[in-house]
Amino acid sequence: MSKKSHVQTTINGESVEFLCEPRQSLLEVLRDELHLTGAKEGCNNGNCGACSVILDGRLVNACLVLGVEIEGKSVETIEGLADPDKLHPIQDAFLENAALQCGICTPGFIMSAKSLLDNNPNPTEHEVRYWLAGNLCRCTGYDKIVRAVLDAAEATQ
Amino acid sequence: MAENKDYKVIGTRPIRHDGVDKVTGRAIYGADFQITGLLHGRVLRSPHAHARILSIDTSRAEALDGVKGIVTADDLPTAEDKMADLGEGAVSLKYLCDNILASDKALYRGHAIAAVAATSPHIAEEACQLIDVEYEVLTPVMEVRQAMESDAPLLHENLKTSSLGETSEESSNVASHIQHKKGDIEKGFAEADIVIEREFVTGTVHQGYIEPHNATAHYNQDGHLTVWCSTQGAFTVREQLAEILQYPISKIKVVPLEIGGGFGGKINVYVKPVAALLAKQTGKPVKVLMNRADVFEGTGPTPASFITVKMGATKDGKITAAQTSMAFEAGAYPGSPVGAGAMCIFAPYNIDNVLIDGYDVVVNKPKSAPYRAPGATNAAFGSETVVDELAEKLNIDPLELRVMNGAKEGDHRADGPVYPRIGFIETLEAAKEHPHYSSENGKKHHGRGIASGFWFNIGLESSVTINVNPDGTINLVEGSTDIGGTRASIAMQAAEVLGIPAESVNPSVVDTNSVGYTAVTGGSRTTFATGYAAYEAAQDVKRQMIERAAKLWDVDEENVQFADGEFSSINGKEEQISFRDLSGKLSETGGPVVGRATVDPPGAGGAFATHVVDVAVDVETGKVEILRYTATQDAGKAIHPSYVEGQIQGGVVQGIGWALNEEYIYNEEGTMTNASFLDYRMPTCLDLPMIDAVIVEVPNPGHPYGVRGVGEVPIVPPPAAIANAIYDAIGIRMEELPMSPDRLLKALGKI
Repeated sequence: MSKKSHVQTTINGESVEFLCEPRQSLLEVLRDELHLTGAKEGCNNGNCGACSVILDGRLVNACLVLGVEIEGKSVETIEGLADPDKLHPIQDAFLENAALQCGICTPGFIMSAKSLLDNNPNPTEHEVRYWLAGNLCRCTGYDKIVRAVLDAAEATQ
Repeated sequence: MAENKDYKVIGTRPIRHDGVDKVTGRAIYGADFQITGLLHGRVLRSPHAHARILSIDTSRAEALDGVKGIVTADDLPTAEDKMADLGEGAVSLKYLCDNILASDKALYRGHAIAAVAATSPHIAEEACQLIDVEYEVLTPVMEVRQAMESDAPLLHENLKTSSLGETSEESSNVASHIQHKKGDIEKGFAEADIVIEREFVTGTVHQGYIEPHNATAHYNQDGHLTVWCSTQGAFTVREQLAEILQYPISKIKVVPLEIGGGFGGKINVYVKPVAALLAKQTGKPVKVLMNRADVFEGTGPTPASFITVKMGATKDGKITAAQTSMAFEAGAYPGSPVGAGAMCIFAPYNIDNVLIDGYDVVVNKPKSAPYRAPGATNAAFGSETVVDELAEKLNIDPLELRVMNGAKEGDHRADGPVYPRIGFIETLEAAKEHPHYSSENGKKHHGRGIASGFWFNIGLESSVTINVNPDGTINLVEGSTDIGGTRASIAMQAAEVLGIPAESVNPSVVDTNSVGYTAVTGGSRTTFATGYAAYEAAQDVKRQMIERAAKLWDVDEENVQFADGEFSSINGKEEQISFRDLSGKLSETGGPVVGRATVDPPGAGGAFATHVVDVAVDVETGKVEILRYTATQDAGKAIHPSYVEGQIQGGVVQGIGWALNEEYIYNEEGTMTNASFLDYRMPTCLDLPMIDAVIVEVPNPGHPYGVRGVGEVPIVPPPAAIANAIYDAIGIRMEELPMSPDRLLKALGKI
């Protein structure tokens, strides 16, 4: 076991410090050290997108980033998306469109959709499908997810 | 019962009750569970598909710093050769235990051999690599026809074939042979003007839920075992643990956390007993998580199969005979869903002469587990392709041929049951009337296909308790884990009875100590059966509230009526009080009101679906693109139409994956070479169009609101529908799944 490193970073706008082993992924750090379990582990090798978070404005799979790599950076996770008294429009759109069934992939899809709309506020259906292709959902057949993201885009115009 | 009438809550689309937790990341799934003093477990798995275990030496692993416990099959109570009763049929306890931790033989690559608990998951993983296992590698049996050969290597030296009530003397890989007969098959074929006989092969596919299996277990000093996990059924986990661990059911509490998909694959236990063994040995709580490769290699896929289908029809389109032989791969232990496949294969049609043979065959693959309408998709790929060919040869529209032969109320299935009111014909009519079916589809290498499907659905036991709150809301306590919005669909049925909004119900899924027995979330039963229990529990509340109103007004109960959320007195006094206001007067009228119900409803009512699909075949690459997809389905009564549509859309897309690219690809040693999401390649949203889900409502006479289960049947038609569309596009009948680019190119003669 290697010595733990000290990491200082920003998560959802708050300054955070933690210790982690060099081999621990950002996903492990979020879930096991910081108890931010909204990012899920579906595959641990970047194939399913259930751990999608936004790192310095860029969409990443937290399982493919090491914890020590986020020193001095800024991470957005699902836990930081809603206001205390109000959901984010993407979250509302997912609920109104019934765009989730089991919900395990939902935080990843919502972060992925947030990143899309941050970059392209008015996407076409094809652009939504292209952007979300890194997120797997086994329950919904994606129909309602794509509609939710298109609705959220319209709501945030 | 089951009048299709106007409802206030049923048929609306409220926000699901667990929705906010699930879009904010707050919902606690199995792997999210934390508890003080937690150790982390990891399972060592067999690298061989078929091997005798000669010895296991754990000494090097035990010496690793941070390792707290190691278990092997020796730590399981001795499994006598008895049958374990799991509520849904008996299974051999030895097989059940051996699948948890292999005792004498490893029967598939990924078979659990030993497990380690350590202070971190990384140390547990390192320790697994330090366990020395000596194997005698045996020849694997990887395919059902090969396994049925008389000289095939045997997986189980003592497995005899049980065939139509007789048991063979010789050992065999064929665990059982079942048969259903109706009419006279020879006569039926003699009456036919045209007979078509084809052979079909389907690959091994996985349920593909995104959340890997998980469990955290802890033994208290007083002997109480608690297991926190994601599962389709907390009570079946309790039963399986009691049998495998030979531990009193009264000392086991199973706490179902949120579940990240199951589709049938989270009914059997895998790591739950392992976590319990490690917890017992270490005296600490132990969490065991699978990784994705473990899930592919160590948990239930749905079986590959070899199916022959022979059907005959007269010139004017009457199907006179249907025969099939279906051999399903059970995986390492008996128990494939060939029985369910046999019930479903010709179920959409009223055919006078039917003969169905089914074989359950063990091979060196993971023990198969149910997958959404288990067995029915394999079966329909064969039968619905042959029906399409009959229609083509008879020059009859394929929808029309299905209408001409479609099963109706009073017809009886080859395996016995007589249909109550069913909605198969209505699904065909809905497909015919849909603009999709009459749209243009004439481009080169484009094609349209249709197929239908059946799933019988199940009832089984469910329990619900309702506590009335003083503000007129209710807390609904249930035992059905919520995989796809069933908190909402169950709550809505109680709300309808009590005349309150869906939002006035707080549904909770609770542990096995806190609610009456409830069978698994499976068999498309939850909205039907647990919803039925919610309906009955709400009726119980209603009866008690009528008593309270009667007491309040000093009238007889017969003189109180309840409608639209209001109690009122009849005969004399003009009193009226809302459900809400009466809820505030419970203390003064006799104390809390608790409604309860347990049900075991017999009338699940079968589900039928008809799908229409347009494809484009790229004849250069062999890739099949789905251009348009319409699925019609009889839901009986859609409680929450959005989640019914969601079940249809999700099932269709799993069926598309099964049709076009999903399969376990094995090498010669019996190792799965694509045990990752990248290589197994389930459909992404970029592979698909919108899926048009058309809900048909022919109320089920077996449910107060007419509900039929909806979850499973939508996966049944897609492979056949797509095969029929490919034929329409390029004139080639595909008879092997998946219809992947390489198989298309071979069929086209290009490779």
